[in-house]
Amino acid sequence: MEMINLTIDNKSLVVKKGTTLLEAASSIGIDVPTLCHMHLHDMNIENKPGGCRVCVVEVKGRRNLAPACCTEVADGMEISTHSMRAVNARRTIVELILSDHPADCLICAKSGKCDLQNIAHHLGIREIHYQGEQSHYREDTSPAIIREIDKCILCRRCETMCNEVQTVGVLSTINRGFEAVVSPAFEMNLDHSSCTYCGQCVAVCPTAALTEVDETGAVIRALSDPTKTVIVQTAPAVRAALGEEFGMEAGSLVTGKMAAALRRLGFDHVFDTDFAADLTIMEEGTELLGRLNKYLAGDKEVKLPILTSCCPAWVKFFEHHFPGMKDIPSTARSPQQMFGAIAKTYLAEKMAVKREDLVVVSIMPCVAKKYESSRDEFAVDGNPDVDYALTTRELAQIINLANIDFKSLPDEEFDNPMGESTGASVIFGTTGGVIEAAVRTAYEVQTGKTLERLDFEELRGMEGLRKATIDFDGLPINIGIAHGLGNARKLLEEIKAGNSEFHAIEIMSCPGGCIGGGGQPYHHGDVEILKKRQKAIYAEDKNKSIRKSHENPYIKKLYDEFLGEPMSEKAHHLLHTEYFDRS
Amino acid sequence: MTDYKMHLLVCGGTGCKASQSEQIKNNFKNQLQEVGLENDVQVIHTGCFGFCEQGPIVKVQPDNTFYVSVTPDDTREIINEHIVKGRQVDHLLYTDPNTKVQITESKNMDFYKKQVRIALRNCGFINPENIEEYIGNDGYSALGKCLEELTPESAIKMIMDSGLRGRGGGGFPTGLKWDITRKVENEQKYVVCNADEGDPGAFMDRSILEGDPHTVIEAMAICGYCIGANKGLVYIRAEYPLAIQRLKTALTQAREYGLLGENILGSDFSFEIEIRYGAGAFVCGEETALIHSMEGKRGEPTFKPPFPSQEGYLGKPTNVNNVETFANIPPIITKGADWFSSIGTEKSKGTKVFALAGKINNVGLIEVPMGITLREVIYDIGGGIKNGKEFKSVQTGGPSGGCLTNDFLDTPIDYDNLLAAGSMMGSGGMIVMDEDDCMVSIAKFYLEFTLDESCGKCTPCRIGNKRLYEILEKITDGKGTPEDLTKLRMLSHVIKDSSLCGLGQTSPNPILSTLDNFMHEYEAHVNDGKCPAGQCKALLQYVITDEKCTGCTLCFRNCPVGAISGEKRNPHYIDQSLCIKCGACYDKCKFDAIKIA
Repeated sequence: MEMINLTIDNKSLVVKKGTTLLEAASSIGIDVPTLCHMHLHDMNIENKPGGCRVCVVEVKGRRNLAPACCTEVADGMEISTHSMRAVNARRTIVELILSDHPADCLICAKSGKCDLQNIAHHLGIREIHYQGEQSHYREDTSPAIIREIDKCILCRRCETMCNEVQTVGVLSTINRGFEAVVSPAFEMNLDHSSCTYCGQCVAVCPTAALTEVDETGAVIRALSDPTKTVIVQTAPAVRAALGEEFGMEAGSLVTGKMAAALRRLGFDHVFDTDFAADLTIMEEGTELLGRLNKYLAGDKEVKLPILTSCCPAWVKFFEHHFPGMKDIPSTARSPQQMFGAIAKTYLAEKMAVKREDLVVVSIMPCVAKKYESSRDEFAVDGNPDVDYALTTRELAQIINLANIDFKSLPDEEFDNPMGESTGASVIFGTTGGVIEAAVRTAYEVQTGKTLERLDFEELRGMEGLRKATIDFDGLPINIGIAHGLGNARKLLEEIKAGNSEFHAIEIMSCPGGCIGGGGQPYHHGDVEILKKRQKAIYAEDKNKSIRKSHENPYIKKLYDEFLGEPMSEKAHHLLHTEYFDRS
Repeated sequence: MTDYKMHLLVCGGTGCKASQSEQIKNNFKNQLQEVGLENDVQVIHTGCFGFCEQGPIVKVQPDNTFYVSVTPDDTREIINEHIVKGRQVDHLLYTDPNTKVQITESKNMDFYKKQVRIALRNCGFINPENIEEYIGNDGYSALGKCLEELTPESAIKMIMDSGLRGRGGGGFPTGLKWDITRKVENEQKYVVCNADEGDPGAFMDRSILEGDPHTVIEAMAICGYCIGANKGLVYIRAEYPLAIQRLKTALTQAREYGLLGENILGSDFSFEIEIRYGAGAFVCGEETALIHSMEGKRGEPTFKPPFPSQEGYLGKPTNVNNVETFANIPPIITKGADWFSSIGTEKSKGTKVFALAGKINNVGLIEVPMGITLREVIYDIGGGIKNGKEFKSVQTGGPSGGCLTNDFLDTPIDYDNLLAAGSMMGSGGMIVMDEDDCMVSIAKFYLEFTLDESCGKCTPCRIGNKRLYEILEKITDGKGTPEDLTKLRMLSHVIKDSSLCGLGQTSPNPILSTLDNFMHEYEAHVNDGKCPAGQCKALLQYVITDEKCTGCTLCFRNCPVGAISGEKRNPHYIDQSLCIKCGACYDKCKFDAIKIA
């Protein structure tokens, strides 16, 4: 590897050829501010359009300033990252951005978490010297995402996520000059577009140009309404990230504190989506084995591979882009929706609460869950199975509003009957987890033998596309895993072309799976945070006394008392769904 | 041309076509038939002659008579008098505005005397839709020479030795660019011709493609041979339909003659050219933006490196040259590097085509040797300032160039001198301003263009230019403050220093050069509330001179807002608080009683 000698701010250093000035400066502890740049190293995702120009630095002998994020080191370069010429340009550029930005920080969804606000503060900007016309665009509200485009600074991060990572292709820059703006084609509304609501754009937006639909107000109103019974479910990935919102180390498991906080907020029952995840395994696993055994028995019409269907963004993705394959994914509803359907029937009956007086709130790491809960097929006479789906961030906000000192809360348990869960369900929160949970159950059901080894390391990891063959007692089952919709697309193209080698495929829309969901605490592109969350999820699994979904006693009871058996008519009615051609 | 006794060359450039030259050509054809001369006289639609001010132009050969401002009604007279009777039609000849002498041949006109035509050598002389006319004028001999006598290296060396620099604006040495692309190893490389001419007022690339398309095809093939590419692409604006049509015709003919396609002239070299259309974005003249646009992506620039020579079209090494640059290549190969480098200055060799426009008598397209002075171009070739007004400034280099004053008139024109003077060569726009032009408004005009054409990708260009424009607007609206002048300069410097591509890095040039050269005009706007050129409406006042006003009430009756009052046969009065400065009273007054103050 060729090495390059240079000096940055009078410090000599040697770095690899191809290193950018930004990386070189960072390697010796010099922080050059950036706005548009984003590098998700392990996922090979980099956004560096060189557009914001905040990172410009002075290079001796060069006519103009150089953007540190795009400029590669060269031998003998002398860089001054904070010369007054560079600082003046940087401040002027940020002033220019602010001159075309609504000054409503006090009531902005991103206040305190806004990259632009931070940079303006960091650069000590007290006055905007260049005032003028501001861009005004229509606000675009969808079931899950709000585009407040007046706040867009054209960093293009969302474009990179939407196009290169997710291959959804909804967001791109349109118009030119001062009118340039990131938008769906023809400035159509998101809900008319093929947006999957994966929320990865929201997760990377440096300002509040893209945010989730805020449902905190509605939940607070429900909690303060004495006529309502309000119950809550919490998704597996939330417990591995919520602590970050309260200054805790990434990867802190806060399951018990979360349950305690929810109870203090006044939820009548604090349940767990993990319970429904176990239920999902019962249904999806049974469906998998059903198709597999038909196939083994010589039925060549049966659809294989079976694809998981827990992820609402993924569901919407194939409805738009691969409608011809809508009979391939499992018909099992997601855990969120299974929970809602059971809560508003079985549980409501048990608690003797009328459906319309029962409010089901879910806490999700996800933006698309808001959309999922609003789908027509998940409501009875207009009453949705899940009333409100809050993101992890929204929950943290309500906890703060209630003045709860989260860090000093005691650990508490979930309520029963819908709070009991297994290790299999908690790993739903990470890429590879759903299929590992399914394997644990499917293996035992198929072979009739007890699984000795529960940790399927071959299914775990952060690679975007992974595959493994699991030995079902002599029967090799080929499993594929994709996270990130761009990776999912590759597997779907293979299936479409008839080249797929897999029996089952797990797909999660967000890089990393739900731990990296669009509703999680902002990770600002730091993959190390995702890895820590993933570690926490596997630790929770390991600590559970029961680690296989079919051994969850409350699941058994639910089938005994209410559903009958997996894939029964009642189960079909409440726990399965159909898909629509949205192309 | 051998079978005919005479030729009528009718200018078929876009400008003359807009002045009915198509009708003139058809009239000639029909009327020649009527007099039975269709087999003796050939009517040819050529490319642009350059002398657009005097268009439509008709040249009669072999006697070289140059008729100007011809209308479709004049054709019968030309046929009856000149063709049939051999008598010049005097009233269609060009009259020298100074000596008032009629001039028959173009070479004797001041407009042409100082020109040296290399890139435009065939424009106005050959039928661009007939490959044989191009071949008859040494066409494709340079390609033949390359394939038969020269190695790619030696051909590149000729281009390098000639000193040819990119004519699209940057001025990068063409031979060096080819050499760099040649040395990048890759099985697939591309030659791209940048025909996305976008400077307001510039039309040299269009004229070359309309008047001599084969020279571009030949040069692209030579470039392909030199750098090791078998594929060429012409990126041309869709707003150039005539150029596109002639290029298409030329491509078909070149293929028929085996000058494009497999094994050209029996050699191992194969080369094909495709046309790609641009949707008319100025920024797509920037080579990375151009390449993105060709790839079907948003036409916006990306950071260099990688340069197109390393990673260009579809990620392959790509050599991008401008039309005019290519038009210089065949003559360099046939006549040699020494011949070319003998023309011009030390660091800028050969000629440059300029589009002369503005307040100048001879508007048109000219090609002059590097090193000629601005004075020679404006006064000798351009015929001086219109209507005997005072010269104020000349703007070179298109919207990114600067406005130069009297002080620079004797500066020899070349890349480096123009840059040192605070302007640039650009693609060769040259707009002349007279005493009636307000320099603040001129700066605003150019900035409005770049504002419109910015892609919006980087902050300084997207928002910075907008703010500059708003400050200029404030000044021309009479609301400027001295502080605004400081802001203009400071913001301009930051935009130049920190923008992503050449567009933003040069967009403040018109402001900076007018601040440097015409500060007094800015100060008059800001400090005295006056526009010295009388252009800025907000700073004007229409005032009635009592002594001259007869009280005829014509102004009163024409004022659309009722700002004028007064008794019949008594002096009238304009209420400034109501006046919208439409100028209707000024235009209507028969007694010169209304003054602009």
